Amino acid sequence: MKKYSAAAVVAARDGLTAAQSGLLSCHACGLLSAAPKQNVDARQAVCCPRCGSTLHARKPDSIKRTWAFLMAAYILYIPANMLPIMVTSELFSLPQSDTIMSGIVYLWLNGNWPLALLVFFASIVIPLLKLVALTVLAISVQRKSNWQPHQRAALYRFVDLVGRWSMLDIYVATLLVALVQFKSFALVQIGPGAVAFGAVVVLTLLAANSFDPRYIWDFVKNDKQRAR
Amino acid sequence: MTQTASGVQAGQATGAYIACPECDLLQQEVILPPRGVALCQRCKSELYHHTPHGLDRTLAFAMCGLVLYLLANFFPLLDLVLNGTDNSSTLYGAVLALYHEDLLPLAALVFFTTILVPGAEIMCYLYLLLPLRFGRRAPGFKTVFRLIQTMHPWGMIEVLMLGVLVAVVKLAAVATVTPGIALWAAAALMIMFSALAQSFNPRDVWAFVEPQGPEQA
Repeated sequence: MKKYSAAAVVAARDGLTAAQSGLLSCHACGLLSAAPKQNVDARQAVCCPRCGSTLHARKPDSIKRTWAFLMAAYILYIPANMLPIMVTSELFSLPQSDTIMSGIVYLWLNGNWPLALLVFFASIVIPLLKLVALTVLAISVQRKSNWQPHQRAALYRFVDLVGRWSMLDIYVATLLVALVQFKSFALVQIGPGAVAFGAVVVLTLLAANSFDPRYIWDFVKNDKQRAR
Repeated sequence: MTQTASGVQAGQATGAYIACPECDLLQQEVILPPRGVALCQRCKSELYHHTPHGLDRTLAFAMCGLVLYLLANFFPLLDLVLNGTDNSSTLYGAVLALYHEDLLPLAALVFFTTILVPGAEIMCYLYLLLPLRFGRRAPGFKTVFRLIQTMHPWGMIEVLMLGVLVAVVKLAAVATVTPGIALWAAAALMIMFSALAQSFNPRDVWAFVEPQGPEQA
Protein backbone atom coordinates (compact mmCIF):
# COMPACT_ATOMS: atom_id res chain seq x y z
CA MET A 1 0.00 0.00 0.00
CA LYS A 2 1.28 3.44 -0.94
CA LYS A 3 2.19 5.43 2.10
CA TYR A 4 0.38 8.59 1.04
CA SER A 5 -2.88 6.86 0.29
CA ALA A 6 -3.23 5.19 3.66
CA ALA A 7 -5.06 8.06 5.30
CA ALA A 8 -7.29 8.45 2.27
CA VAL A 9 -8.36 4.82 2.20
CA VAL A 10 -9.44 4.85 5.84
CA ALA A 11 -11.71 7.83 5.35
CA ALA A 12 -12.85 7.28 1.76
CA ARG A 13 -16.21 5.73 0.97
CA ASP A 14 -17.65 5.31 -2.46
CA GLY A 15 -20.37 7.83 -3.15
CA LEU A 16 -18.97 10.48 -0.84
CA THR A 17 -17.04 13.55 -1.81
CA ALA A 18 -13.57 14.31 -0.51
CA ALA A 19 -14.95 17.25 1.47
CA GLN A 20 -17.57 15.05 3.14
CA SER A 21 -14.87 12.57 4.14
CA GLY A 22 -12.63 15.25 5.64
CA LEU A 23 -10.12 14.98 2.80
CA LEU A 24 -8.50 17.64 0.68
CA SER A 25 -7.47 16.94 -2.89
CA CYS A 26 -4.54 18.83 -4.36
CA HIS A 27 -5.48 20.84 -7.46
CA ALA A 28 -1.97 20.56 -8.90
CA CYS A 29 -0.96 16.93 -8.33
CA GLY A 30 -4.21 15.22 -7.32
CA LEU A 31 -2.96 13.79 -4.02
CA LEU A 32 -5.56 13.31 -1.30
CA SER A 33 -4.57 14.28 2.19
CA ALA A 34 -6.46 14.36 5.44
CA ALA A 35 -7.78 17.80 6.41
CA PRO A 36 -6.46 19.11 9.75
CA LYS A 37 -8.48 17.79 12.67
CA GLN A 38 -9.56 21.04 14.30
CA ASN A 39 -12.10 23.24 12.67
CA VAL A 40 -9.47 25.32 10.93
CA ASP A 41 -10.42 28.66 9.50
CA ALA A 42 -10.62 28.44 5.71
CA ARG A 43 -7.96 31.06 5.20
CA GLN A 44 -5.27 29.17 7.02
CA ALA A 45 -2.86 27.59 4.55
CA VAL A 46 -2.51 23.83 4.49
CA CYS A 47 0.10 22.59 2.03
CA CYS A 48 0.10 19.47 -0.09
CA PRO A 49 2.72 17.08 1.38
CA ARG A 50 3.75 16.02 -2.11
CA CYS A 51 3.95 19.11 -4.31
CA GLY A 52 3.56 21.95 -1.80
CA SER A 53 0.46 23.62 -3.29
CA THR A 54 -1.91 25.32 -0.92
CA LEU A 55 -4.85 23.00 -0.27
CA HIS A 56 -8.46 24.12 -0.14
CA ALA A 57 -11.62 22.06 0.14
CA ARG A 58 -13.11 24.60 -2.32
CA LYS A 59 -11.43 27.50 -4.07
CA PRO A 60 -11.19 30.34 -1.51
CA ASP A 61 -13.98 32.95 -1.81
CA SER A 62 -14.92 31.31 -5.08
CA ILE A 63 -18.38 32.85 -5.52
CA LYS A 64 -17.41 36.31 -4.26
CA ARG A 65 -14.45 36.46 -6.63
CA THR A 66 -16.52 35.16 -9.54
CA TRP A 67 -19.10 37.90 -8.91
CA ALA A 68 -16.43 40.59 -8.61
CA PHE A 69 -14.83 39.65 -11.92
CA LEU A 70 -18.24 39.26 -13.58
CA MET A 71 -19.44 42.69 -12.43
CA ALA A 72 -16.27 44.33 -13.72
CA ALA A 73 -16.66 42.46 -17.01
CA TYR A 74 -20.32 43.53 -17.36
CA ILE A 75 -19.38 47.18 -16.84
CA LEU A 76 -16.52 47.08 -19.35
CA TYR A 77 -18.67 45.15 -21.81
CA ILE A 78 -20.49 48.41 -22.63
CA PRO A 79 -17.47 50.49 -23.75
CA ALA A 80 -16.01 47.39 -25.40
CA ASN A 81 -18.98 47.28 -27.75
CA MET A 82 -19.78 50.99 -28.08
CA LEU A 83 -16.30 52.44 -28.66
CA PRO A 84 -14.33 51.87 -31.86
CA ILE A 85 -11.77 49.11 -31.69
CA MET A 86 -10.05 49.97 -34.94
CA VAL A 87 -9.56 53.22 -36.84
CA THR A 88 -8.34 52.85 -40.40
CA SER A 89 -7.13 55.83 -42.42
CA GLU A 90 -6.47 56.42 -46.15
CA LEU A 91 -5.90 52.75 -46.88
CA PHE A 92 -9.56 51.97 -47.36
CA SER A 93 -10.19 55.29 -49.13
CA LEU A 94 -12.08 56.94 -46.24
CA PRO A 95 -11.04 57.20 -42.63
CA GLN A 96 -13.30 54.73 -40.95
CA SER A 97 -13.74 53.79 -37.35
CA ASP A 98 -15.16 50.42 -36.52
CA THR A 99 -16.73 49.00 -33.41
CA ILE A 100 -16.71 45.23 -33.06
CA MET A 101 -20.19 44.90 -34.55
CA SER A 102 -19.69 47.37 -37.41
CA GLY A 103 -16.46 45.58 -38.31
CA ILE A 104 -18.41 42.35 -38.61
CA VAL A 105 -21.13 44.03 -40.69
CA TYR A 106 -18.41 45.48 -42.95
CA LEU A 107 -16.97 42.01 -43.51
CA TRP A 108 -20.43 40.55 -44.15
CA LEU A 109 -21.40 43.23 -46.69
CA ASN A 110 -18.13 42.72 -48.53
CA GLY A 111 -19.09 39.13 -49.11
CA ASN A 112 -16.61 37.71 -46.65
CA TRP A 113 -19.27 35.93 -44.62
CA PRO A 114 -17.18 32.98 -43.33
CA LEU A 115 -14.82 35.46 -41.71
CA ALA A 116 -17.72 37.59 -40.50
CA LEU A 117 -19.26 34.54 -38.82
CA LEU A 118 -15.95 33.54 -37.23
CA VAL A 119 -15.37 36.99 -35.76
CA PHE A 120 -19.04 37.18 -34.71
CA PHE A 121 -18.70 34.00 -32.69
CA ALA A 122 -15.32 34.86 -31.18
CA SER A 123 -16.09 38.48 -30.30
CA ILE A 124 -19.84 38.63 -29.67
CA VAL A 125 -21.24 35.17 -28.94
CA ILE A 126 -18.47 33.76 -26.73
CA PRO A 127 -18.05 36.77 -24.38
CA LEU A 128 -21.83 37.12 -23.99
CA LEU A 129 -22.23 33.37 -23.48
CA LYS A 130 -19.52 33.42 -20.82
CA LEU A 131 -21.09 36.32 -18.96
CA VAL A 132 -24.57 34.78 -18.98
CA ALA A 133 -23.39 31.22 -18.25
CA LEU A 134 -21.20 32.23 -15.32
CA THR A 135 -24.00 34.41 -13.92
CA VAL A 136 -26.43 31.48 -14.11
CA LEU A 137 -23.88 29.17 -12.49
CA ALA A 138 -23.05 31.61 -9.70
CA ILE A 139 -26.74 32.26 -8.93
CA SER A 140 -27.62 28.56 -8.98
CA VAL A 141 -24.79 27.78 -6.56
CA GLN A 142 -25.75 30.64 -4.26
CA ARG A 143 -29.35 29.40 -4.16
CA LYS A 144 -27.98 25.93 -3.30
CA SER A 145 -29.87 24.61 -6.28
CA ASN A 146 -29.74 20.94 -7.23
CA TRP A 147 -31.19 21.61 -10.65
CA GLN A 148 -29.66 19.71 -13.58
CA PRO A 149 -26.13 19.22 -12.23
CA HIS A 150 -24.98 17.36 -15.33
CA GLN A 151 -26.11 20.17 -17.61
CA ARG A 152 -24.53 22.82 -15.43
CA ALA A 153 -21.23 20.88 -15.23
CA ALA A 154 -21.25 20.59 -19.02
CA LEU A 155 -21.95 24.32 -19.31
CA TYR A 156 -18.99 25.15 -17.09
CA ARG A 157 -16.72 22.83 -19.05
CA PHE A 158 -17.84 24.46 -22.30
CA VAL A 159 -17.25 27.97 -20.97
CA ASP A 160 -13.81 26.92 -19.79
CA LEU A 161 -13.03 25.42 -23.20
CA VAL A 162 -14.13 28.21 -25.53
CA GLY A 163 -13.32 31.24 -23.37
CA ARG A 164 -9.83 31.80 -24.70
CA TRP A 165 -10.99 32.13 -28.32
CA SER A 166 -12.45 35.58 -27.75
CA MET A 167 -8.86 36.90 -27.68
CA LEU A 168 -9.02 36.56 -31.46
CA ASP A 169 -9.90 40.19 -32.21
CA ILE A 170 -7.08 41.48 -30.01
CA TYR A 171 -4.52 39.47 -32.00
CA VAL A 172 -6.00 40.52 -35.34
CA ALA A 173 -5.84 44.19 -34.35
CA THR A 174 -2.26 43.77 -33.10
CA LEU A 175 -1.12 42.28 -36.39
CA LEU A 176 -2.90 44.91 -38.48
CA VAL A 177 -1.30 47.75 -36.52
CA ALA A 178 2.15 46.19 -36.84
CA LEU A 179 1.89 45.46 -40.56
CA VAL A 180 -0.10 48.27 -42.07
CA GLN A 181 2.37 51.08 -41.59
CA PHE A 182 3.67 53.72 -43.95
CA LYS A 183 7.12 55.03 -43.04
CA SER A 184 6.47 53.94 -39.48
CA PHE A 185 3.20 55.84 -39.44
CA ALA A 186 0.44 53.46 -38.56
CA LEU A 187 -2.41 53.52 -41.05
CA VAL A 188 -4.44 51.32 -38.76
CA GLN A 189 -4.89 52.48 -35.21
CA ILE A 190 -6.41 50.72 -32.28
CA GLY A 191 -9.32 52.48 -30.64
CA PRO A 192 -10.18 52.63 -26.94
CA GLY A 193 -12.78 49.89 -27.38
CA ALA A 194 -10.01 47.32 -27.87
CA VAL A 195 -8.55 47.97 -24.43
CA ALA A 196 -11.98 47.55 -22.84
CA PHE A 197 -12.60 44.42 -24.90
CA GLY A 198 -9.23 42.95 -23.85
CA ALA A 199 -10.16 43.66 -20.23
CA VAL A 200 -13.55 41.91 -20.68
CA VAL A 201 -11.82 38.82 -22.06
CA VAL A 202 -9.28 38.68 -19.24
CA LEU A 203 -11.92 39.35 -16.58
CA THR A 204 -14.21 36.59 -17.85
CA LEU A 205 -11.26 34.20 -17.94
CA LEU A 206 -10.49 35.12 -14.33
CA ALA A 207 -14.16 34.72 -13.38
CA ALA A 208 -14.29 31.25 -14.93
CA ASN A 209 -11.04 30.45 -13.16
CA SER A 210 -12.29 31.46 -9.75
CA PHE A 211 -15.60 29.59 -10.03
CA ASP A 212 -15.35 26.21 -8.34
CA PRO A 213 -17.41 23.61 -10.27
CA ARG A 214 -17.47 21.34 -7.22
CA TYR A 215 -20.11 23.62 -5.71
CA ILE A 216 -22.49 22.49 -8.45
CA TRP A 217 -22.48 19.01 -6.92
CA ASP A 218 -22.40 19.96 -3.28
CA PHE A 219 -26.15 20.48 -3.05
CA VAL A 220 -27.22 17.48 -5.09
CA LYS A 221 -29.15 15.32 -2.65
CA ASN A 222 -30.78 12.78 -4.91
CA ASP A 223 -28.73 9.59 -4.87
CA LYS A 224 -29.65 8.79 -8.43
CA GLN A 225 -27.96 11.97 -9.58
CA ARG A 226 -25.15 11.51 -7.12
CA ALA A 227 -23.62 8.36 -8.60
CA ARG A 228 -24.98 6.81 -11.72
CA MET B 1 -10.65 3.74 -25.51
CA THR B 2 -12.64 5.07 -22.63
CA GLN B 3 -13.76 3.64 -19.38
CA THR B 4 -15.06 4.86 -16.09
CA ALA B 5 -12.84 4.88 -13.05
CA SER B 6 -14.79 2.00 -11.61
CA GLY B 7 -14.54 -0.01 -14.86
CA VAL B 8 -14.51 -3.70 -14.03
CA GLN B 9 -13.41 -5.21 -17.33
CA ALA B 10 -10.11 -3.58 -18.19
CA GLY B 11 -9.02 -1.69 -15.13
CA GLN B 12 -8.01 -3.29 -11.90
CA ALA B 13 -8.58 -1.12 -8.85
CA THR B 14 -5.38 -0.10 -7.12
CA GLY B 15 -6.96 0.50 -3.73
CA ALA B 16 -5.92 4.15 -3.84
CA TYR B 17 -8.58 6.83 -3.99
CA ILE B 18 -8.82 9.93 -6.10
CA ALA B 19 -11.22 12.88 -5.88
CA CYS B 20 -12.68 14.22 -9.13
CA PRO B 21 -11.25 17.72 -9.64
CA GLU B 22 -14.60 18.96 -10.98
CA CYS B 23 -17.14 17.35 -8.65
CA ASP B 24 -15.06 16.11 -5.70
CA LEU B 25 -16.49 12.59 -5.78
CA LEU B 26 -14.14 10.01 -4.30
CA GLN B 27 -13.52 6.96 -6.40
CA GLN B 28 -10.98 4.19 -6.60
CA GLU B 29 -8.13 4.55 -9.04
CA VAL B 30 -7.84 1.92 -11.73
CA ILE B 31 -4.89 0.79 -13.80
CA LEU B 32 -5.45 1.99 -17.33
CA PRO B 33 -4.61 0.21 -20.57
CA PRO B 34 -2.23 2.14 -22.87
CA ARG B 35 -3.91 5.32 -24.12
CA GLY B 36 -6.84 4.75 -21.78
CA VAL B 37 -8.72 7.60 -20.16
CA ALA B 38 -10.29 7.46 -16.71
CA LEU B 39 -13.54 9.42 -16.44
CA CYS B 40 -15.39 10.47 -13.34
CA GLN B 41 -18.34 8.17 -12.63
CA ARG B 42 -20.60 11.08 -11.84
CA CYS B 43 -19.73 14.12 -13.93
CA LYS B 44 -17.77 12.36 -16.71
CA SER B 45 -14.86 14.76 -16.60
CA GLU B 46 -11.42 13.35 -17.24
CA LEU B 47 -9.61 12.19 -14.09
CA TYR B 48 -6.36 11.10 -15.70
CA HIS B 49 -5.13 9.41 -18.83
CA HIS B 50 -2.34 7.08 -19.66
CA THR B 51 0.24 7.78 -22.34
CA PRO B 52 2.94 5.17 -22.87
CA HIS B 53 6.34 6.69 -22.01
CA GLY B 54 4.54 9.91 -21.20
CA LEU B 55 7.49 11.66 -19.59
CA ASP B 56 9.92 10.81 -22.41
CA ARG B 57 7.40 11.98 -24.98
CA THR B 58 6.82 15.21 -23.09
CA LEU B 59 10.57 15.84 -22.98
CA ALA B 60 10.90 15.18 -26.72
CA PHE B 61 7.97 17.49 -27.54
CA ALA B 62 9.39 20.19 -25.27
CA MET B 63 12.80 20.06 -26.99
CA CYS B 64 11.17 20.26 -30.39
CA GLY B 65 8.95 23.03 -29.04
CA LEU B 66 11.99 25.05 -27.94
CA VAL B 67 13.43 25.03 -31.48
CA LEU B 68 10.08 26.01 -32.97
CA TYR B 69 9.59 28.69 -30.33
CA LEU B 70 12.94 30.31 -31.24
CA LEU B 71 12.06 30.19 -34.95
CA ALA B 72 8.61 31.62 -34.26
CA ASN B 73 10.05 34.54 -32.31
CA PHE B 74 13.12 35.55 -34.29
CA PHE B 75 11.77 35.36 -37.83
CA PRO B 76 9.12 37.54 -39.45
CA LEU B 77 5.56 36.35 -39.04
CA LEU B 78 4.06 38.08 -42.06
CA ASP B 79 5.37 40.21 -44.87
CA LEU B 80 3.15 42.83 -46.43
CA VAL B 81 3.67 44.77 -49.65
CA LEU B 82 1.44 47.82 -49.93
CA ASN B 83 1.83 50.63 -52.47
CA GLY B 84 5.44 49.66 -53.00
CA THR B 85 6.41 49.70 -49.34
CA ASP B 86 7.45 46.45 -47.80
CA ASN B 87 6.63 45.77 -44.16
CA SER B 88 7.39 42.67 -42.21
CA SER B 89 6.86 42.09 -38.56
CA THR B 90 7.98 39.57 -36.00
CA LEU B 91 5.71 38.69 -33.10
CA TYR B 92 7.77 40.85 -30.79
CA GLY B 93 7.69 43.65 -33.38
CA ALA B 94 3.90 43.52 -33.26
CA VAL B 95 3.97 43.89 -29.48
CA LEU B 96 6.36 46.84 -29.84
CA ALA B 97 4.04 48.47 -32.37
CA LEU B 98 1.25 48.36 -29.79
CA TYR B 99 3.59 49.80 -27.20
CA HIS B 100 4.51 52.70 -29.50
CA GLU B 101 0.81 53.38 -30.00
CA ASP B 102 0.62 53.97 -26.24
CA LEU B 103 -1.39 50.83 -25.69
CA LEU B 104 0.66 49.41 -22.87
CA PRO B 105 -2.12 47.20 -21.40
CA LEU B 106 -2.78 45.51 -24.74
CA ALA B 107 0.94 45.20 -25.51
CA ALA B 108 1.43 43.54 -22.12
CA LEU B 109 -1.53 41.21 -22.68
CA VAL B 110 -0.30 40.08 -26.10
CA PHE B 111 3.28 39.72 -24.86
CA PHE B 112 2.17 37.69 -21.86
CA THR B 113 -0.14 35.27 -23.69
CA THR B 114 1.86 34.66 -26.87
CA ILE B 115 5.53 35.16 -25.94
CA LEU B 116 6.13 34.95 -22.20
CA VAL B 117 3.84 32.10 -21.12
CA PRO B 118 4.54 29.73 -24.06
CA GLY B 119 8.29 30.24 -23.67
CA ALA B 120 8.21 29.85 -19.91
CA GLU B 121 6.06 26.74 -20.20
CA ILE B 122 8.56 25.05 -22.53
CA MET B 123 11.47 26.02 -20.29
CA CYS B 124 9.65 24.67 -17.23
CA TYR B 125 9.05 21.31 -18.91
CA LEU B 126 12.72 21.10 -19.87
CA TYR B 127 13.83 22.15 -16.40
CA LEU B 128 11.68 19.47 -14.77
CA LEU B 129 12.17 16.60 -17.15
CA LEU B 130 15.72 16.88 -18.48
CA PRO B 131 17.42 16.34 -15.08
CA LEU B 132 14.77 13.72 -14.27
CA ARG B 133 15.83 11.78 -17.37
CA PHE B 134 19.26 11.43 -15.76
CA GLY B 135 17.82 10.49 -12.41
CA ARG B 136 18.13 13.88 -10.70
CA ARG B 137 15.61 16.25 -9.24
CA ALA B 138 16.22 19.86 -10.20
CA PRO B 139 16.28 22.40 -7.34
CA GLY B 140 12.86 23.98 -6.90
CA PHE B 141 11.21 20.95 -8.53
CA LYS B 142 7.91 21.40 -6.69
CA THR B 143 7.70 25.11 -7.43
CA VAL B 144 8.30 24.61 -11.16
CA PHE B 145 5.77 21.75 -11.21
CA ARG B 146 3.12 24.05 -9.71
CA LEU B 147 4.12 26.88 -12.03
CA ILE B 148 3.34 24.73 -15.10
CA GLN B 149 -0.20 24.10 -13.82
CA THR B 150 -0.77 27.77 -13.06
CA MET B 151 0.56 29.07 -16.37
CA HIS B 152 -1.05 26.57 -18.65
CA PRO B 153 -4.43 28.27 -19.30
CA TRP B 154 -2.72 31.55 -20.25
CA GLY B 155 -0.74 30.37 -23.24
CA MET B 156 -2.78 31.17 -26.34
CA ILE B 157 -0.66 30.29 -29.38
CA GLU B 158 -3.60 28.54 -31.05
CA VAL B 159 -5.79 31.63 -30.80
CA LEU B 160 -2.92 33.72 -32.18
CA MET B 161 -2.73 31.39 -35.19
CA LEU B 162 -6.40 31.93 -35.95
CA GLY B 163 -5.80 35.65 -35.52
CA VAL B 164 -2.99 35.56 -38.08
CA LEU B 165 -5.31 33.73 -40.47
CA VAL B 166 -8.03 36.36 -40.08
CA ALA B 167 -5.50 39.19 -40.49
CA VAL B 168 -4.16 37.59 -43.68
CA VAL B 169 -7.63 37.26 -45.19
CA LYS B 170 -8.49 40.85 -44.25
CA LEU B 171 -5.26 42.25 -45.71
CA ALA B 172 -5.25 40.08 -48.83
CA ALA B 173 -8.00 42.32 -50.22
CA VAL B 174 -5.76 45.42 -50.24
CA ALA B 175 -2.17 44.20 -50.24
CA THR B 176 0.13 41.31 -50.99
CA VAL B 177 0.70 39.21 -47.90
CA THR B 178 3.39 36.54 -47.68
CA PRO B 179 3.61 34.22 -44.69
CA GLY B 180 7.05 34.19 -43.09
CA ILE B 181 9.10 31.40 -41.52
CA ALA B 182 7.74 32.24 -38.08
CA LEU B 183 4.18 31.58 -39.20
CA TRP B 184 4.97 27.97 -40.13
CA ALA B 185 7.02 27.57 -36.97
CA ALA B 186 4.16 28.93 -34.85
CA ALA B 187 1.69 26.57 -36.55
CA ALA B 188 3.95 23.62 -35.72
CA LEU B 189 4.42 24.99 -32.20
CA MET B 190 0.66 25.03 -31.74
CA ILE B 191 0.52 21.31 -32.59
CA MET B 192 3.47 20.71 -30.27
CA PHE B 193 1.62 22.36 -27.39
CA SER B 194 -1.42 20.14 -27.79
CA ALA B 195 0.90 17.12 -27.97
CA LEU B 196 2.57 18.32 -24.78
CA ALA B 197 -0.74 18.63 -22.97
CA GLN B 198 -1.75 15.18 -24.16
CA SER B 199 1.48 13.41 -23.15
CA PHE B 200 2.14 15.15 -19.84
CA ASN B 201 0.48 13.55 -16.86
CA PRO B 202 1.19 15.10 -13.47
CA ARG B 203 0.62 11.64 -11.98
CA ASP B 204 3.48 10.15 -14.01
CA VAL B 205 5.88 12.73 -12.61
CA TRP B 206 5.10 11.82 -9.04
CA ALA B 207 4.94 8.09 -9.68
CA PHE B 208 8.44 8.41 -11.14
CA VAL B 209 9.86 10.73 -8.50
CA GLU B 210 8.31 9.19 -5.42
CA PRO B 211 7.18 5.64 -6.14
CA GLN B 212 6.77 5.13 -2.40
CA GLY B 213 4.75 8.28 -1.82
CA PRO B 214 5.97 11.51 -0.23
CA GLU B 215 8.27 11.56 2.74
CA GLN B 216 6.10 12.12 5.76
CA ALA B 217 6.85 15.49 7.25
